[in-house]
Amino acid sequence: MALNDKSRNEAVLKAITANRLRDGEVIFLAPDPDLGWVERLDDAALFEDAAAAETALEAAKAQAEGEQFAVDVYAFDLRVVDGQRVPVKTRERIRALGPTVRIDLGKQAAA
Amino acid sequence: MNHIAPGRNAGVYSYDDIDRRFVAERVEQFRAQVERRLSGELTEEEFKPLRLMNGLYLQLHAYMLRIAVPYGVLTSRQLRKLAEIGRKYDKGYGHFTTRQNLQFNWIKLEDTPAILHELAEVDMHALQTSGNCVRNVTTDQFVGAARDEVVDGRVYAEILRQWTTLHPEFTFLPRKFKIAIMGSDADRAAIRVHDVGVFAKRNERGEVGFTFYVGGGLGRSPFVGKLVRDWVPEEDFVAYLEAILRVYNQYGRRDNLYKARIKILVHELGQEKFTQEVEEEFARLRGPKYRLAPEVVDEIRRRFGGPAFETLTDEPESFQAAKAANPDFARWVAVNVLAHKVPGYAAATISLKPAGGIPGDATSEQMDLVADLADAHSFGELRVSHAQNLVLAHVRQDALFTLWTALEANGLGTPNAGLIGDIIACPGLDYCALANARSIPLAQAISARFADPARQQTIGELGIKISGCINACGHHHVGAIGILGVDKKGEEFYQITVGGDPTLTTAIGDILGPAVTADETVDAIEAIVEVYLSNRHDGERFIDTLKRVGHGPFKERVYAAH
Repeated sequence: MALNDKSRNEAVLKAITANRLRDGEVIFLAPDPDLGWVERLDDAALFEDAAAAETALEAAKAQAEGEQFAVDVYAFDLRVVDGQRVPVKTRERIRALGPTVRIDLGKQAAA
Repeated sequence: MNHIAPGRNAGVYSYDDIDRRFVAERVEQFRAQVERRLSGELTEEEFKPLRLMNGLYLQLHAYMLRIAVPYGVLTSRQLRKLAEIGRKYDKGYGHFTTRQNLQFNWIKLEDTPAILHELAEVDMHALQTSGNCVRNVTTDQFVGAARDEVVDGRVYAEILRQWTTLHPEFTFLPRKFKIAIMGSDADRAAIRVHDVGVFAKRNERGEVGFTFYVGGGLGRSPFVGKLVRDWVPEEDFVAYLEAILRVYNQYGRRDNLYKARIKILVHELGQEKFTQEVEEEFARLRGPKYRLAPEVVDEIRRRFGGPAFETLTDEPESFQAAKAANPDFARWVAVNVLAHKVPGYAAATISLKPAGGIPGDATSEQMDLVADLADAHSFGELRVSHAQNLVLAHVRQDALFTLWTALEANGLGTPNAGLIGDIIACPGLDYCALANARSIPLAQAISARFADPARQQTIGELGIKISGCINACGHHHVGAIGILGVDKKGEEFYQITVGGDPTLTTAIGDILGPAVTADETVDAIEAIVEVYLSNRHDGERFIDTLKRVGHGPFKERVYAAH
């Protein structure tokens, strides 16, 4: 999942993430407002436009606080490489999958 | 095998009704706070400081609960409870930290009140493990056991725990505050890189007194603690610390997170001016109210109880025979076993650093096993070391072979205490929300590279310490070899330092050169070791050789290919 030279040529997109309040699970804003938040990056809404991402982020923050569902809401960068969604930063790659030293744990374990 | 009833109080402070009521009240307070957060009565901004006061952080994958192990001492019953919590509420393992605590990485907020309730059942809690308060006081993992001990630091660490827990002046300090106490000449608690380092000793009349070092610390701005007073009599122990904390509360920076620790205050005021302020405050408040009466000390000491040691002799025949017959056991004894103050006993380090393993991690099954071994061999008591290992402090020498056999059979017999494989590493970017780079995979790669126990023993004392960010939870500044993970345009790089020293001759390591990749770091460590071995004189440790030959040969070899 590490970035390679090819991946650096792909467009940078944005997704919105948070932790679920009641259990801390990493969640992502879904494309369908009815779904709210989803647990897998593959199911997350992607934003090509930074302004659209910012608008969605502000709405998500307000909604999260109002519904006591999500905390620590923010946007992050990713690319789509060979059909795979790859966060630009290692931190977000690890959040999306789980600890690299325990591949039996986290979202990667259920993949 | 000499089995000892686990219920017998032996060296672990026994709670009274006041202690239990207080902890129970705090659990119920937090239960109500969690309910109010989940119902929306509290915002996250309002709730965050409350959860942090109960040791609950939000990390990369979930909440992390940091459970206090006061001065690193546990009963077997408490360790079994931790194992049970690991199975029931987490993912079957926990992580022992450089502050002698235990962290669970996969905790749910909604489960936390129940976990704290279960902890309270065994006189445990998660108080003072986070927030801008006086944190868990740390000490020597061999306290009460080491042959070189002069003063038992547990007693004074417990006095500080009781004194600081509900102290209104210490609830909202400018920043977190860490105290370490050491009671022998060999500093095994890294006291001079703490906000306050206390060196407990005796005068020629046998009276207990304390040397105070203030303003040490690692992190973004590392400092070695300054000597503020060489001798504080026992009766003034609390008063003097109160004076230090008052000066800090009054003058400590609250406007800048990066300048808020007491080390910055001591540095900016200067050692002389800071000392003068403390002495003036001490003179003002010294009096009956702050006097630590001998009866109080005696009562606290009594509540620790003490192991009922038998009259034995050192090096019993069966122990000698076992060493002669089994070289692996002999190696483990040579590396992981420390002389005990009572003849015929020994203190054994249980390494949580198998080659290629995750430093400080223990499964619930391993915790249960160690609890059983503590019951069988160490009066039902054990310790967590700041090096992220466990210790059975009071083992009969004639039981060491039985102990080692059980440890070895369960992956806990690694003979590397204090050697190159005994790497201190923070959780790093695999778990921590603050980290810039991963620490654990690097520790795994280095310990795998140096897996051969004979080679490790040949290299001798050499501490590698790894931090995944500048906050330095892995103590990299004081590693003989320190490694700091940094982020360079989204890629993980590692900066190597050499010459750090966590003992009383404290030294902050020097940067060897430009940061390198993870793979290059492992090769660099190997190169540094080779330079050391080819240059060392008889009896020299790594840091001795480094001091004698300087950084040049090491730097030249590490960066030869660059």
